[in-house]
Amino acid sequence: MHIIEDGNAAAALGVKLCRANVIAAYPITPQTPLTEKLSEYVESGEMKAEYIPVESEHSAMAVCIAASSAGARAFTATSANGLLYMHEQVQWAAGARLPIVMCVVNRAVGAPWNVWNDQQDSISQRDTGWIQMYCADHQQIIDSVIKAFWLAEKVSIPIMVCYDGFLLSHTFMPFDLPDQEKVDAFLPPFRPAYALNPDEPASLNTVTLPDVRIDVHGELAHGYMEIRYLLQEELRASLAVAAEADKRFTEIFGRGGDPYIEPYRCDDADHIAVGLGSLTYQLRVSVDALRKEGIKVGVMGIRFYRPFPDEAIANALKGKKGVIVFEKALSYGYEGALASDLKSALYEHLAGTGRLPLVQNFIAGIGGREIRTDDLTQTLRAATQSRIAKEPTWIGLKL
Amino acid sequence: MGTRNYKRKTSHSENGPGDGGRTGSWRVERPILDKSLCIPCKRNKEACFICWLFCPEIVISRTIPPKIDLEYCKGCGICAEECPTKAIIMVDEAEFSKEDKE
Repeated sequence: MHIIEDGNAAAALGVKLCRANVIAAYPITPQTPLTEKLSEYVESGEMKAEYIPVESEHSAMAVCIAASSAGARAFTATSANGLLYMHEQVQWAAGARLPIVMCVVNRAVGAPWNVWNDQQDSISQRDTGWIQMYCADHQQIIDSVIKAFWLAEKVSIPIMVCYDGFLLSHTFMPFDLPDQEKVDAFLPPFRPAYALNPDEPASLNTVTLPDVRIDVHGELAHGYMEIRYLLQEELRASLAVAAEADKRFTEIFGRGGDPYIEPYRCDDADHIAVGLGSLTYQLRVSVDALRKEGIKVGVMGIRFYRPFPDEAIANALKGKKGVIVFEKALSYGYEGALASDLKSALYEHLAGTGRLPLVQNFIAGIGGREIRTDDLTQTLRAATQSRIAKEPTWIGLKL
Repeated sequence: MGTRNYKRKTSHSENGPGDGGRTGSWRVERPILDKSLCIPCKRNKEACFICWLFCPEIVISRTIPPKIDLEYCKGCGICAEECPTKAIIMVDEAEFSKEDKE
C-alpha cells in the first residue's frame, strides 16, 4: 500500500512492522516525532511493546542493552548531542554483541548549538563497532529498518539506520508500506543465543582480563582481545550477510538492489560524485544537468558506511578519472572521513594498476547551511575540469 | 591451542571459581597460616572460621585446617587482618619467587 508520510513516520512504521518488544528513547529534535509516533502506537495498543521513558539517551541505550540481553527486540532513536551523550553505551552495545537497532536522525553537534542537518553526529560514531546504514529517501528508511533488524540479529551486531534530519525526517514523500504478513515472513521472532535467565545465572561483560582464562567448565575462554577481534572479523563478514538480507528482501518485497552502493549514470562516467544520504539524490539533478552539457559524470550513494564496502566501491570507481566526495561531516584536523576511507579502499584495491582516480573532497551543508543545487552543479563541473584544492573545499562558505 | 572454537563470542561468566580469570597472579603478598595459633587447628573442632567468613573471594575453605586457594587469592589480606589469634600473616610474594628460583 502506498502512503504519503514523513521520514520519521516511515521509521516508526518500520519499527511497528518489525514488532519491536522494547522501545526506550529520549526526545530530541529532529528525532522527536519518531518516538512520539511509537509511544502513540504502544499507548493505543496498536503495538504490543514496552515503551520505557528515560531521563537521557545514555539511559535509553542502557535500557536497550538490558532488554536485548533479556532476549527482547529493542529499538531506540536519537540525534546529535543525544547520540554523543549515549556514546559510552553505544560502544558497550557493540562489545556485548546485542542486535539493537537505532535510528540516527542526522543533525549537527554543538557547540555552537544547532538543530539543523549535517552528519557529524553519526560519522563521529564510526569506530564504535556498529553497522551504519544511510538512507536517501523514505522508502529506504522503512526498508532499512526492516532489513536492519534481520541483519543485526543474524550477525549479533547493533545497527544505526541514519537519515538526514528535516530533509528526510520532516518532509512528506510517497512510499510503499509493506504488508505485515510479508514482514513477518522476512523477519522471524528474535531468538538470542543466550538470554538472561534466573535458572542460568551469569555475569555479562564484567572485568575481562587481558589474557584468556579457563572458565567454570574447564574450557579455554576468550580474553578481551579475542572478543574484540571477533567483533571486527564478524563486522567484516557481515558485508556478505547484508547481501543475503537484500536478496531475501527483494524476493519477498520485489524491490532492492545493490546493498552497498547506489550508482546513478555511473557506467560510462569519467567522474563520479560520492556521498551519504539524501545529498546523493540532490546530486542526481546536477548530474542530469551536466550530462546535457556533455560532461560524463555520475553519482554514487554509499548505503553501508560500516562495515566499509571497500571492494564494491573500488570496483565501481576502477578506471574513473576522478572521484568527487561530498560530505556533511569532517574529521577535524584532516578531511572528510568518507574521503579518507575511500582513498584507502582505492589504494588497497587499485594501487599499482595505474588506474587510481584523483579524489577531491568537498564539505557542504554543515549545521544545515543550505546546499543549493546550482552550487553542487558548479562545483561538480569545476572538479571534473581540474583539481580545485588539496585541502577539502567548503561549499557555500561565506567567509 | 586458542579460543577459536569457544561456544560464545562475548564475555559471559558463570558462578564458580575461575570465571574472572586466574586472579592469584595479582597477589603481591601471600597469606601464610600458622596452625599452632589457628583456633580450629588447635582444638581440632569446627570453630572460629572468621577467615572463611570474611574472605571476599571465597577462596578459604571451612575445613581443619582452613585451606587457601592460591590460584585465586588476590592477597587482599583481610583474613590476616580479621584473624583473632593473628594466625595468618602476609608474606611478600618475592620471598616465594626466590624459593622458586633456588
